[in-house]
Amino acid sequence: MSEAMIEISGVAKRFVLHNQGGVVLPVMEGAALSVHCGECVALVGASGAGKSTLMRMIWGNYRCDDGSIQVAGLELCSAEPRDVIALRRTKLGYVSQFLRVIPRVPTLDVVAEPLLAQGMDESQAQVRARMMLTRLNIPERLWSLSPTTFSGGEQQRVNIARGFIQDWPVMLLDEPTASLDAGNRGVVLDLITEAKVRGAAILGIFHDAEARGTVCDREVDVTGFTPARSAA
Amino acid sequence: MTPLLQVESLSKFYGNHLGCGEVNFTLWPGEVMGIVGESGSGKSTLLNCLAGHMAPDTGRVIFDTRTNGPRDTVTMTESERRWLARTDWAFVHQNPRDGLRMNVSAGGNVGDRLMAVGARHYGDIRRQAQDWLGRVEIDQARIDDRPRAFSGGMQQRLQIARNLVTGPRLVFMDEPTGGLDVSVQARLLDLLRGLVRRLGLSAVVVTHDLAVVRLLADRVMVMKDGRVVEQGLTDQVLDDPQHAYTQLLVSSVLQV
Repeated sequence: MSEAMIEISGVAKRFVLHNQGGVVLPVMEGAALSVHCGECVALVGASGAGKSTLMRMIWGNYRCDDGSIQVAGLELCSAEPRDVIALRRTKLGYVSQFLRVIPRVPTLDVVAEPLLAQGMDESQAQVRARMMLTRLNIPERLWSLSPTTFSGGEQQRVNIARGFIQDWPVMLLDEPTASLDAGNRGVVLDLITEAKVRGAAILGIFHDAEARGTVCDREVDVTGFTPARSAA
Repeated sequence: MTPLLQVESLSKFYGNHLGCGEVNFTLWPGEVMGIVGESGSGKSTLLNCLAGHMAPDTGRVIFDTRTNGPRDTVTMTESERRWLARTDWAFVHQNPRDGLRMNVSAGGNVGDRLMAVGARHYGDIRRQAQDWLGRVEIDQARIDDRPRAFSGGMQQRLQIARNLVTGPRLVFMDEPTGGLDVSVQARLLDLLRGLVRRLGLSAVVVTHDLAVVRLLADRVMVMKDGRVVEQGLTDQVLDDPQHAYTQLLVSSVLQV
């Protein structure tokens, strides 16, 4: 079997709400999974079961309280901010559900940004950005406008264009096909398949069962990582 | 790689009152660090101690100088510090009037800093000033106008040009988007982000605006009553705050 790019074991997470009486909410316990090069693994489980929480812990914006999360060889649970920043710049891509951008920045620049952050020359990065936007059917007349005023579906496609513009070795996808029409959904599934073929390790959340069936090799049910409700 | 800035147990008192206490952090080349907290939390005191505007009572501030490697800026001579302030460092004030010479033309404001490090050729200085006005999106035809004829956003961009013309490696910013309209803020943020990336700058940005920190800073430090209560990766601190005060700060932001 090929090398595991995401390797998780014994992961626990709890939230302490200091301003609400110090309530402690254990939300995850004993989470374990691995994702290898060239495969796409789906996180499944009912809404609220912890799919997004686990994904955020792998991205690093949620802290991990216990256990080990290794992404492309980096142990995230004890990593320094600059190591996480370097990981996100070069190896780990994330297509979140929502696009967060500086207002008034043109769509083309929003999409090209991950390449610029890596030091790619501006004109070269823009060529790639144009290709991605064309592929995701964003009309050219919108490219010079900020995506903040776009429809939900358009914003999601801009987000995907930005997420797939770089050949990341590891990718996290949070509902990449939500709010897309059939044609664009097909484009996204093709992008995922192409990423797998070039060897990317992908972990995703897909509510759309058909999409999941098309691109995912395995499923991991996060319900098994829910702590026993002893505190209740 | 050598850290650009290493701060070790830095403290500053105003009489018996704590300005900022026991601050420790390491800033690496190319990193942007945000310092957030309410007014009076000590963030400006800390920034002024780092930038050599104020002498801390204890602690070390080791800066990796271009010519002599890592040096403690607290114990170096005043003239050495002043030289750093003109070359390796830049300081962007919240109020552009504090960072600009209001009676000197826009071009003169930019050229001024070049002359302070020894540039003497008028043509070169003017060319560089022109180039920098362009980079901060000020019409080059305005080069001979005085900053008081500029809008607040333009003044702030001029202040940035004046600061960056000498190619500093570390930029200190005190509420850089503070007094600006939101639409002007967005443009300035985009400009700052582009400059930081293209020039490979490191920066320490003081702000009370969490949205500014999220868009500009890689890392963030949260201060309260002169102490650092939490620090880490920006989105981790904002999305999964651990300290009671950070949780309060994050949950108090009004949603639009």
